[in-house]
Parts: sequence; structure tokens; C-alpha cells
Amino acid sequence: MIRLQHLYKSYPVKGAEVPALTDINLAIEPGEIFGIIGHSGAGKSTLVRCINLLERPTEGQVIIGGTDLTTLSERDLQASRRKIGMIFQHFNLLSSATVADNIAFPLRLAKRKKAEIDRRVNELIQLVGLEEHRHKHPAQLSGGQKQRVGIARALAADPQVLLCDEATSALDPQTTASILALLRDINRRFGLTIVLITHEMHVIRSVCDRLAVIQEGRIVESGPVLEVFLKPQHRATREFIEQVEESAELREAISREKAAGKRNIVRLTFIGEKTYEPVLYETMRETGTSFAILQGTISRMKDTPYGQLVVNLDGTPEQTRDTVRLLQSRGVEVEAL
Amino acid sequence: MNGIPGFIEAISFAGAERSAGLPHTLAALAANGKLQEWYAAIDWPQIGGGILSTLLMLGISLLFTVVIGLPLGILLFLTAPGQLLQNRPLYAVLSFIVNILRSVPFIILMIVAFPLTKLIVGTTIDVPGAIPPLVIAASPFFARLVETTLREVDRGVIEATQAMGATRLQIILRVLLPESRPGLIAAVTITSVNLVSYTAMAGAIGAGGLGDLAIRFGYYGFQPGILLVTVFILIILVQLLQTAGDRLVQRFIRK
Repeated sequence: MIRLQHLYKSYPVKGAEVPALTDINLAIEPGEIFGIIGHSGAGKSTLVRCINLLERPTEGQVIIGGTDLTTLSERDLQASRRKIGMIFQHFNLLSSATVADNIAFPLRLAKRKKAEIDRRVNELIQLVGLEEHRHKHPAQLSGGQKQRVGIARALAADPQVLLCDEATSALDPQTTASILALLRDINRRFGLTIVLITHEMHVIRSVCDRLAVIQEGRIVESGPVLEVFLKPQHRATREFIEQVEESAELREAISREKAAGKRNIVRLTFIGEKTYEPVLYETMRETGTSFAILQGTISRMKDTPYGQLVVNLDGTPEQTRDTVRLLQSRGVEVEAL
Repeated sequence: MNGIPGFIEAISFAGAERSAGLPHTLAALAANGKLQEWYAAIDWPQIGGGILSTLLMLGISLLFTVVIGLPLGILLFLTAPGQLLQNRPLYAVLSFIVNILRSVPFIILMIVAFPLTKLIVGTTIDVPGAIPPLVIAASPFFARLVETTLREVDRGVIEATQAMGATRLQIILRVLLPESRPGLIAAVTITSVNLVSYTAMAGAIGAGGLGDLAIRFGYYGFQPGILLVTVFILIILVQLLQTAGDRLVQRFIRK
């Protein structure tokens, strides 16, 4: 759906070219939700703006649905942009227009017929659940409602791609969850390809299929969310994962336990349905090992349940070895800490 | 007893102390019958004609000021560095002309503009003679106000509109102008108040209107009544303009 090839972007600052993006290569598949995570200043906003050419890349190609946008004339580019919806951190709604007029706006720009516009606005206003608010102005809405208007507006012209620029960063956790649920729903129902940039790992974890980690204008790691999450390769990725996973507290606990002579601390990772099965208890009972749980998470990555437990195994070296082997044979990943 | 020395004498005679302030002065003038005497001397049809001329000058020049100043202001905004039609040379030239016109005092601008005024409307006096200099003076001022107002439009909204595939003309007509409507109305209000004071000045060199009455009959003709009445009417006019402008702004404000 979207292919970025050898994308470079630099800005002239006092005569010198300062690179913002360096050799970005990404292939985003139709119908997937692709997350790009990075700290502020890492280049993720520039990257997402290169996809619809709000920022023109210095070098490289932006291919959407087979067309290289960088080669298009102004007019053709405007036509292509209508097929790419975009939502923003600060919503960017017209303050002078009502909810309904904001949603109708892209259709009016495209000079669609009035009857068609009215029908589409009604559909969308219902989709995002703002029927009672159709005559209100943005200033009368909450942040979450504004973003719903933003989403409806972005979908108005039936785009194939939806770009989300920190779409939930200005929202509280509950509203964030409801907006993410709406995005997931839209993705499923319309098969819309979504590119989402954020600095929050929990956003990636709850909706994305694949992700890329961007640091200093380069993609340092990418892959399916589950894979990257459970086996992060790059330091930047691990830092983002720590936002939602083990904290400094756990590291402290581990070193405390180790100082106390406990050497058998392992992290166990369960993926899929066995997350909910009593694998750990049964294994321990068979080998006669006892254990203490230091930390644990049972969660979901988009649709896949997973669990991670950090435990201290208490037993003879043989018992410990058997336990590890047995757990591995039952599909649990074991990592010594 | 003619002209301003006489007028000042009359007022200072009436007011027991100069620091007593206008209400005291007026009360004292009323007490010794001066006000009544001045009031009786006022030629009301003349005042009426003055009001009409002033309103005509104000209305026509405001119309042309908006017609010329609004596009000029939009162009200033668009060609400024970092904006949609960024064009440094054009912006520099426009900005320079606007600054020059704004730095010439209106009364001098009128005299300098005489040949141009004659060329455009065929005369340099009366209401028609006042329109070109009023428009030349007010348009650059209004254009700057428009430029500043447009800068207040959220860049993110413009970006969002670009992302929807809008053309530049659509961005101007459907985003910039509607989004800045309250600010633009406020700019028109400020400009109209300025024009009221310019029309009074234009009166000094033959344009007619309330300013002309005040200067010619009130000041040189020693009719303090006319002076006071014209000032009073101008105060009312400015209050009305400002109140109407503020009401409109309130109606359209959405923030």
C-alpha cells in the first residue's frame, strides 16, 4: 500500500543542511495498522508528513497504491491527497464551522453534490457517535469528541490510508482508549490502512500489527509488534517497552534477590491461549520446585493474549534445569535474568 | 473677539479655575448664559448637511478601503516568509510601500495626493475630493491589520486543509477568511474609527463634513456651539461604530 524508498529529508539551517530523516525504507501492507514510535524530535512527525507530501522529501520515493507521489504535479498531488486521510494531535478543526460542516469540508473541497455530502455526513456522524452534537462548534466539544470529528472528517472522502499524527497524545487515558478502539473498528470494517505515530508504547501495543522505532531520523528496528515487544533488539526499543513493562523497581528487586544469593531468576513469556492455562503450576508440581513471582503482566497485544512473569525458582540445580526444559517444551519462553 | 483666542478667553472666563474640568466649565458657561447663547446660534440644517457629508465620506472610503486593503492584506500575509506563497522580493516591495504610506501624516498625504485625486475624481474638494486620499491613507493601515489577523489563524488548520487536497484559493476562501472573520470585523471597526478622524482632518482642506464645520465655522467663525456639537456628534458616531463592531465580533467568535 505504502512504500517509502531511500527517503531523506534535510532542512537548511544557517546555510548547512541538517538531516531530519536518513534513508527511511518502509513497506506498509494494505489493511494493516502500522505504528511508528519515537521520542519528540526523532523525526516521526516529519516522516508521517512525507507520506502525503506536506513535507517534500529531499530524496527518495513515496509510493502509494503504485503511484510515486514525488513525481506528481501540484494538481495530481491534490487529487491523491484526497485519498489519504489525516488526523492530528491538536485536531485542527475549523473553529468557525459546526461538527457537520467540519465533516462535510473535504467533500465540499472536492466539489461533491449536496445530496451525496448530506448522506455521507449522516453516515459518518453516526459512525463516530456524535449525532446530538452535529450543530455544535468545536469549542463546545471535549478533546475526545473533537478527535472523533477529526476522524469522521478524515474518512469523509473514502480514503485508502489514514495517517494519525500523535492522535491520542492530547487525550486522557480513557479517551485515548476509546479513540483507539474506534480506529481499530474502522480498520476492521473498512480495511483501511492506518499509519500511526506516537511516543507511547501502550498505543502501539493496543492497536498496531507492526511497528518501526525511529531514532535520530533513522529506523532502528521494525517488525511485528509481538516479536519486537518480546525480543527487542535496539536499546531505544527496550526503553519504549519499559514504559509499559518492567520498571526500575523490578530491576532493583532482581539485584536485591541476587545479592541475597538467589541466582535462578527467569522471565517466562507466554503467548496466545496458554497464557490462561495453568502451565506454570503444573510444571512446578511435576518437578517439585517451588517459586516466587517477582513481577507479572497478563495483557493483550492487539488481539493476542500474552503474559510475562518474572519468577525466582527455588530448588536443586537439577530441579531447576528440569523445570526450564519442561516449560520450554510446553511453549513457554524462558530467559535467565 | 474672533478666532481661537476669543474662544479660549470665553471658556477661561466662564470656568473659575482651569483645573476644574469640563463639567465644571460647562456648568459655569450654562450659568452665565453663554451656552444658551451659543446653542441659539447653531444652524441645524448646516449641521445636518455636515453629518451627511461625513457619513458619505466614511461609507464610500470604508468600502474602497476594504476592497483594496483586504486583498492587499491577504497578499502581504501569503507572501511573507514561511507562508503559502512565500516570495521575499514581492513581500519586501509591498511592505515598503505600505510603510511609506503609513508614515506620511494624513494632512500632508492629502496635499501630496492632490494631482492623483484630480486625475481620479476630477476635483480635490467636497466629498469626492476626499475619497481618494482617505482610501490611500486607510488601505495600507487596514491591510496591515488584515495581515496580522490572518497570522492568528491556526497553522495546523491550514495544514489539515492542505492534507485534504485543497487548492490555495480554497485555503484562502474557505479557511483563512472564515476562520479570521471576528478579527477581520474588528479590523474594519478600527479602520472606520480612524477614517472618522481622517474625514475631520480632510475638512480642513475643503472636503466638507463635520470637521469642516468645526474648523471653518466653529473655530475661524467663532461659533463655539458648532464646535461643541460637532465634537459631540463625532463622539456618538465613534461609539456607535465601535459598539456595532464589537457586537458583530461577539456574534461570530467561536473560541
